[in-house]
Amino acid sequence: MNALTAAQPRAEAVSEVCAHCGLPVAAGCRFCCSGCEAAHGLIEQSGLGRYYRDRVINRAVRPLTPEIGNRPDLAVYCQVQDGITELTLAVEGLQCGACVWLIESVLARAPGLISGRVNMGSCRLRLAWHGSPELARGYADQIEALGYRLIPYDPAAITAARDKAGQALLRALAVAGFAAGNVMLLALACWVGPAQGMGPATRALLSWLAALIAMPAIAYSGLPFFASAFAALRHGRTNMDVPVSLGVLAVTGLSVWQAMVGGAGGYFESATMLLFFLLLGRVLDHRARMEARGAAERLLALRATDVGILQSDGRVTRCRLDEVTTGDRVVLAMGERLGVDGIVLEGRGAVDASLVTGESLPAAIGPGDRVFAGTLNMGPVLTVQVTAVQADTLLAECVRLIEAAEAARGRYRTLADRVARLYAPVVHLCALLTLLFWLWSGVDFARAVLAACAVLIITCPCALGLAIPVVQLILTGRLFVAGTLLKTPAALERLASVDTVCFDKTGTLTEPELSLASRVDPVILTEAAGLAACSRHPLARALAAAAGRVPAVDGVREFPGEGLSRATEWGEVRLGSAAFCGMAAAGEGTELWFARPGREPVRFGFSETLRSDAAETVTKLQRMGMTVRLLSGDRPSSVARVARQAGISDFRAECRPDEKAAAIARWQAAGATVLMVGDGLNDGPCLAAAAVSAAPASAADVSQTLADIVFQGSNLRPVWLALHGARRGRRIVQQNLAMAAVYNLVMVPFAMSGLVTPWLAAAAMSGSSLAVVMNGLRARRIRA
Amino acid sequence: MTILFALMAISLCLGALGLVGFLWSLRSGQYEDLEGAAHRVLFDD
Repeated sequence: MNALTAAQPRAEAVSEVCAHCGLPVAAGCRFCCSGCEAAHGLIEQSGLGRYYRDRVINRAVRPLTPEIGNRPDLAVYCQVQDGITELTLAVEGLQCGACVWLIESVLARAPGLISGRVNMGSCRLRLAWHGSPELARGYADQIEALGYRLIPYDPAAITAARDKAGQALLRALAVAGFAAGNVMLLALACWVGPAQGMGPATRALLSWLAALIAMPAIAYSGLPFFASAFAALRHGRTNMDVPVSLGVLAVTGLSVWQAMVGGAGGYFESATMLLFFLLLGRVLDHRARMEARGAAERLLALRATDVGILQSDGRVTRCRLDEVTTGDRVVLAMGERLGVDGIVLEGRGAVDASLVTGESLPAAIGPGDRVFAGTLNMGPVLTVQVTAVQADTLLAECVRLIEAAEAARGRYRTLADRVARLYAPVVHLCALLTLLFWLWSGVDFARAVLAACAVLIITCPCALGLAIPVVQLILTGRLFVAGTLLKTPAALERLASVDTVCFDKTGTLTEPELSLASRVDPVILTEAAGLAACSRHPLARALAAAAGRVPAVDGVREFPGEGLSRATEWGEVRLGSAAFCGMAAAGEGTELWFARPGREPVRFGFSETLRSDAAETVTKLQRMGMTVRLLSGDRPSSVARVARQAGISDFRAECRPDEKAAAIARWQAAGATVLMVGDGLNDGPCLAAAAVSAAPASAADVSQTLADIVFQGSNLRPVWLALHGARRGRRIVQQNLAMAAVYNLVMVPFAMSGLVTPWLAAAAMSGSSLAVVMNGLRARRIRA
Repeated sequence: MTILFALMAISLCLGALGLVGFLWSLRSGQYEDLEGAAHRVLFDD
């Protein structure tokens, strides 16, 4: 997924990029900051310079710029056992395989370390060393000096680092697959053999051999179903595993009996094949669920920082987050992430609240303003009065919303489930009636049981089990080729019933970056861009990009949250907020002011540009009969403008994350099925609350993990394509189910009348499966 | 006809070998980081 998004250089007029982190820098500079220069030197000196040649920068990931401040005390997160200390850290900034290599190469040289291994899939670093937990800081410093950010995992928050249940399912799947393959070979010989003169003795041998392979395999790989069925029955309930278990056991028993009496052959292959397909479904389902849990864990890890508490005598003591209580005063240094909710008491500056509000621009802040857990301080030191800790913070609320929504989504009954619920009682009733009828008609007991079992076997949901997964599998592959990654195939079903599409604004309907909107004299623009080239603030970068190749000027001072200033021979030149440049009132929208001594300040207005096909996609969706809405945390004026451009009449501005999720929940309670398309971390709750969710590949990690669909590229077209494909897929699934029903209607009377021979059963069962698969292949033909 | 018995035994052994191989790879944690493994192969030195 990452490889697809990786670093095609954008067509922006950036002169050069930093040799370490790859962010744009002014012409003539090799590095964007001293941290990058130090990291670059460190890597070159260690002889690891090939990192720069081999890496692929992924712009979706946090850039590799070393940060100051925020060094949580790692010792408290270590686990010690038998003199070996272990620590698990989340790594932010993993760009590609070269990063894994770099981190592991650096750690390989660290003394005392037993193992330091990066798991790229889950972005985790596991460290193990001989010695005390106090050594942790030293190892972490080496990695953080390279520009990665390390966040400790609370040991209590890692529920299952090694996913035991998933491994057990995989093992069962492997055993079932092995048995199914081999038993099928033997069964084929049993069916075809007699026509070519195979003797009864050989056939009996093959039957017994099949039994020998199948019985232990069924006992082992059927265990998840048997256990669940037994648990349900003991509590007086019934679930899908009951008919499955009953069917498998009946088939196995009948086959053993057939082998004993030297009868017409067994059905071992049906039983093992059925288990294999059912287990495949279970494994895929389990994968999806683990991924969702990983998302919540990563959010929780963001809270696992320590806090500096201001004592009454003015000293600052560092302590763990769970030792902070409401009413404490907390000191937040520059570059530190807040772990609690609170109100600013002292200090004025800027904070990055993108985690909570989703707005990429730093917000100015002063005494009396509320700040939330997850906020990053970008300006001078702030003193904050704690109003909520731990489980009461807004961030924890987000995590809870995500978990609740995931649970609600887990309760969504898939089409297969609903069909099965209808199917199972009918089948069991048919089998029972067959048994009673034959007993009543006076044939011997064995014949009656044989007929009843034949009903169970012929109706074993083979075609039913294939009818839906095969379409989902093909559609998933087709959409992947078109640049759309479907995380759970089951999402296709929910996608097909969507009637409302809800977009987030920033980064979803619009391009992730801002662009300069106002027309300014090129001479002034060049002069301002010289200052802007020295800053990494998003607005300054947009300004520098608009001016093209402009060299950075010397002697620029940056005032975080306010602006840039430079002393020249004719006075001070300033670039920054309206207040910073001496303007009484701020203008409308996102802006920068440029003040030169003795002249009228100049305003640079910035605007978001709509993704190129946003309006077209919205129109297409509306033509499909969708209600298209817009929910944003941004100001009403800019939301209205974007909505007008995109052709969306139904929009809401200034929504907090929980308000967005509540709005979606309300629509869904009113009967709508909502597809949420969003990218910010703050969209997490609504991505989870909506029936289906999609995120662009440029989205925050957590959003990508939560979303059912992740789409590549700078277009919104994939959203339409996924909806279109899902609807076509649903039609094909319905046809498949109809075919399976027809097959059963034709075959069940045969089975009930006791006329089914293994020959007929095999032909009918594979015939119906084949028809279903062939029809499913048509899902490949969606217009891309 | 006796060749059949030998062939059956061989095919079963091969199948079992595959199964054991898979179980071993599962147990030794080779499925824990599929993405990382795909990239690591480029950097082994």
